[in-house]
Amino acid sequence: MLLTLTTTHAPATDLGYLLVKHPGRVHSFDVPTGTAYVMYPEATDDRCTAALLLDVDPQRLRDQRDPFDLGQYVNDRPYAASSLLAAALAKVFRSALRGASKDRPELAAERIPLEIRVPVLRGTVELATRLFAPLGWEVAAEPIPLEPEIGGDSRYLDLLLTGTVRLADALNHLYVLLPVLDDAKHYWVAPDEIEKLLRSGEGWLAAHPEKVLIARRYLAHKRAFADSALKRLEVDDVVSAEEDQLPVARKAPLAEQRRDAVLAALADVDAARVLDLGCGGGALLTALVKDRRFTEIVGCDVSAKALDVAARRLRLDRLPERQRDRVKLWQSALTYRDDRLRGYDAAVLMEVIEHVDPPRLPALEASVFGHAKPRAVVVTTPNAEYNVHYEGLTGMRHSDHRFEWTRAEFQAWASKTADTYGYRVSFRAVGEEHETTGAPTQLALFEGEA
Amino acid sequence: MIDVPELALVALVGISGSGKSTFARSHFLPTQVLSSDYFRGLVADDENDQAASAEAFDVLHYVAGKRLAAGRLTVVDATNLQPHARAGLVKVAREHDVLPVAIVLDVPEALAWERTQGRPDRTFGRQVLTRMHRDLRRSLGSLAREGFRKVHVLRGADEIASAEIRYEKLFNDKRELTGPFDIVGDVHGCMSELLVLLGRLGYAVERDDAGRAVNAVHPEGRTAVFVGDLVDRGPDSPGVLRLVMGMVAAGSALCVPGNHEQKLARKLNGRNVQLTHGLPETLSQLEREPEAFVAEAKAFIEGLVSHYVLDGGNLVVAHAGLKEAYQGRASGRVRSFALYGETTGETDEYGLPVRYPWARDYRGSAAVVYGHTPTVSPEWINNTICLDTGCVFGGSLTALRWPSRELVAVPAAREYYAPVRPLSAPERPDEGLDIADVTGRRHIDYTYGRTTVAAENAAAALEVMSRFALDPATLVWLPPTMAPCSTSTIEGYLEHPSSALADLRAAGVDKVVCEEKHMGSRAVVRVSRTGVGDAIWTRTGRPFFGPELDRPLLDRVRAAATPLFAELATDWLLLDTELLPWSAKAGGLIRERYAGVGAAGRHALPAALAVLDQVAARGLDVTALRDRIELRASEIDGYSATYRAYVKPTDGLAGVTLAPFALLAGANTTYGKKDHGWHLAHADRLVAADPELFTPTRRLVVELGDPAAEADATDWWLALTAAGGEGMVVKPYAGLAATDDRGRLVQPGVKCRGREYLRIIYGPEYTRPEQLAGLRKRNLGRKRSLALREHGLGLAALDRLAEGAPLWRVHELVFAILAAESEPVDPRL
Repeated sequence: MLLTLTTTHAPATDLGYLLVKHPGRVHSFDVPTGTAYVMYPEATDDRCTAALLLDVDPQRLRDQRDPFDLGQYVNDRPYAASSLLAAALAKVFRSALRGASKDRPELAAERIPLEIRVPVLRGTVELATRLFAPLGWEVAAEPIPLEPEIGGDSRYLDLLLTGTVRLADALNHLYVLLPVLDDAKHYWVAPDEIEKLLRSGEGWLAAHPEKVLIARRYLAHKRAFADSALKRLEVDDVVSAEEDQLPVARKAPLAEQRRDAVLAALADVDAARVLDLGCGGGALLTALVKDRRFTEIVGCDVSAKALDVAARRLRLDRLPERQRDRVKLWQSALTYRDDRLRGYDAAVLMEVIEHVDPPRLPALEASVFGHAKPRAVVVTTPNAEYNVHYEGLTGMRHSDHRFEWTRAEFQAWASKTADTYGYRVSFRAVGEEHETTGAPTQLALFEGEA
Repeated sequence: MIDVPELALVALVGISGSGKSTFARSHFLPTQVLSSDYFRGLVADDENDQAASAEAFDVLHYVAGKRLAAGRLTVVDATNLQPHARAGLVKVAREHDVLPVAIVLDVPEALAWERTQGRPDRTFGRQVLTRMHRDLRRSLGSLAREGFRKVHVLRGADEIASAEIRYEKLFNDKRELTGPFDIVGDVHGCMSELLVLLGRLGYAVERDDAGRAVNAVHPEGRTAVFVGDLVDRGPDSPGVLRLVMGMVAAGSALCVPGNHEQKLARKLNGRNVQLTHGLPETLSQLEREPEAFVAEAKAFIEGLVSHYVLDGGNLVVAHAGLKEAYQGRASGRVRSFALYGETTGETDEYGLPVRYPWARDYRGSAAVVYGHTPTVSPEWINNTICLDTGCVFGGSLTALRWPSRELVAVPAAREYYAPVRPLSAPERPDEGLDIADVTGRRHIDYTYGRTTVAAENAAAALEVMSRFALDPATLVWLPPTMAPCSTSTIEGYLEHPSSALADLRAAGVDKVVCEEKHMGSRAVVRVSRTGVGDAIWTRTGRPFFGPELDRPLLDRVRAAATPLFAELATDWLLLDTELLPWSAKAGGLIRERYAGVGAAGRHALPAALAVLDQVAARGLDVTALRDRIELRASEIDGYSATYRAYVKPTDGLAGVTLAPFALLAGANTTYGKKDHGWHLAHADRLVAADPELFTPTRRLVVELGDPAAEADATDWWLALTAAGGEGMVVKPYAGLAATDDRGRLVQPGVKCRGREYLRIIYGPEYTRPEQLAGLRKRNLGRKRSLALREHGLGLAALDRLAEGAPLWRVHELVFAILAAESEPVDPRL
């Protein structure tokens, strides 16, 4: 991987003093991931270019990673600029990065015309522009195409930045923003990364319009780290537009309204012992635990990982014994019968059925309505008709949704299921109801015919 | 002589010093004896700590329960003088449906005192012994009342010393009878149909002077087994009784009681029973019979045993069926289950009790044959079958031949009795799967071996299976992973035909087929005459493209396979294929992983070379670095050419082809024993039928040990891979189920991948000598054992499918294959 730095500030060869690398020699440095070279493809008084070339040793990279991930044998790390190159840059140009120069201190403090080229870098033109333009760079980025046989562009850019910038600032921009564009780190991100970010971001990051995205990506999406960094930058607003695909203003309240609607339905059928089938990370469980009416709460999910998340979220290990005894978390799959699930007052399938392939729904019906047979079942699912109100939404609301039903489709399914297994069913709308399309979420309440 | 059932809970009863422990030691295995002293020691470090008794008995009962559940005789060595102590034991015995037996050791108090004084750890006084003795006297009379089915009292030291134990079998244990059997469903007085059926089965009927059938004998010594409900509703219950009684007496038949016999006997005993469900008909028919016959019939019914375990434990016959835990056991509830089945306590719209679907939960290894519930046609559900086809309601009388499992039915001459519930309502065979069939740590015995599925692998597989895979009823097989050949030492090669051929030679194979390895996506295809249940799935059991493309694809495969259905006499076929091109299914992966890396490399390396050329032009020496980067550039070009060869334009199904290479199974059969010549010939037939849809598989048959033939194979492989092919798979010619000379399965094939192909696996630069040296240390052991295990599990799943095994028995194996895929194995192999 490669980056080149060019200046036309006369005498251009002074760049060698600033970088503390003589233009007449080829410099090489051993770095943990291979060998870094600094050399000068051109070095005249008018124009001088320093190139940083990192010859990555794939074997050294592998030794640090999971041997069962096939991606580590075939990957772009030797070619694309990333945190590997940023780390090499920090090592090789340490004093320049600090803005220090023994030989040319005034020049180091001066804004000089610079041209930076990174021939291969992950990212989109749009994101590269959002990141570099606010820092005074003119951004000329070209997407690199895949081969003609396959067609289309790759996820890589050939980036050219032009501007009149202090060299130290330019290097700090690269040091922070190369890994941000790449959006991956080759090493474990520890809390001291916050210091590194703030140090390199001094003087520009606090005012950067994309500081939230920069902090999150630089700190490997560790929410706590990013929040801490942003706090120290005195940033209050930590809502990023990038993270949530659905309109933010709608999403949070809908989840709450849905939860409340489910709780209301459970109250209507006087349920005390309840199953949350497909509980995921425990969004509903937390609400159930808070309500003393529920004497036994069972969260079931097919993903053991989701159950771990739920256990942490409920702080199960820290609950007093009596509280903890109310809650059980079981791995179970709704397409198999499970004797443990028999005999409960109610079962909740909140935003679950749309994650099941339609041909497998009869198995779910048989195991929930036929075998577990709770007194009542609460089912919620998106109302497909409402999707027209989500701006920019094409297809379904979630990539794992196997279907989204109109109200008529959902009611037909629910009525047939109720009929087959001896339940009565009624329907409720959840969320703001629209005249023609109905509410965003639909709820069916099944009650056993005693 | 003391008679003890083979499976019983034996309570020794006696005062301290009566010699219980000595008696237990001399008659039973140490592990059969649970001593209260020992359990006191376990929980309190002191065998005589009476304060620990409650806890000690808790543990003792628990251990006794585990032993009885496993069918093991258990002896409790404790004083057992208190009614509450004995009640605890009777309860444990009943919970496991075994008979509680008491053996009382009654010795004079003086002798016991003498022995007690000789033991330093016994510190109680004489009055304690006196009290014990009083308790013993009180106990003697009440043991039978407390539930002990046998009470043996041994009086005095001599009698105790000379006693011998004799084990007796339970009445229901007829494992030594191996038939063959003809099991007959509910007759309900349909005498003429019974005679026709027996005739069809080959029995010769013997008649008495009055011309009444009194026995039927099969010339080949077969045994008839009646599942009960001989009587009621039909026209001639006495005739049926007479014949069956005669057959049982003559030893040509066995009979278990049905609820109708039970009720008839109660009536004949003068009990007040409701005269419903056809009992009045029987009673009026019996009025025409002599009293002696009626008395004989009553005795016959009362002598019937609730169920039989036959044929080495492989067959259980009970009127209403029997769950596994009750088989070969004896208790009131076992009898009740056998007679009436299990009901949910609810009644249906006709007022009849709703029966609990015990067969759905049945996981036992013994086949259970029963009657009781009229059905239109008998169907095997989880290794159980109901033979009541409602003859008396105008249906038919059915027999099952065992062990051939052939059904023989005779239609009813007419409807003799109107059914309360219409017979036409067919019972839906419900073979839904239970989560307990697949989760947790499981040990699986699969004919070709045994394996343990780790709980965490099962958990991972459960997620894939339930969230992404097809219906388990469809998903009857998953392709096993395949090991590469041994690592080659030939310069420049990691895999080479010489190693692959040597591997098979070492496995004792003398003839192989080298098959072109298609680089696409593995696809398992099930097609049938009717199209019902047809599917195409990936190696993890997922549907391929989605219904809108899968359906038309399957339609075309079905059309091409139609001649094969007739030829192979099957309604369906399971094909192992590779779907091409790779880009059709893996387009996203190719774009993101492979082509992206190629584009990045092809852009970055020339840029670096340009910089180096400029530096060199300035007179600086960068030759060594430039050579390295140039090598990289050529490596990335080779890498790019490799994946590019597997990318072809497709539009919907246009451009998509299937390369079939094995026929796995058809109706009631597997093709595991067919050789690969057979498999490929059939694959060629498909190619000929639809050359646009199917791609042929190039192959070369090689006699191992012939150097010229082996050299040809190498040349063939070199040409194949030079043209961009992935490589080849070398398989034992004998077929999928090929075994070595010790009868063990051998690897169904080893793959030998091309030199260039491996760049997309090991990285563009893997061919450098120093890299190859490192890679040659790769360890194939885990991959090979995984490949062989998955292969065996898959073959066993197909075998079970062919045998008509219950769905859960097939599914547990398919699930185990998926779970095995969660094991950490080098993904490059």
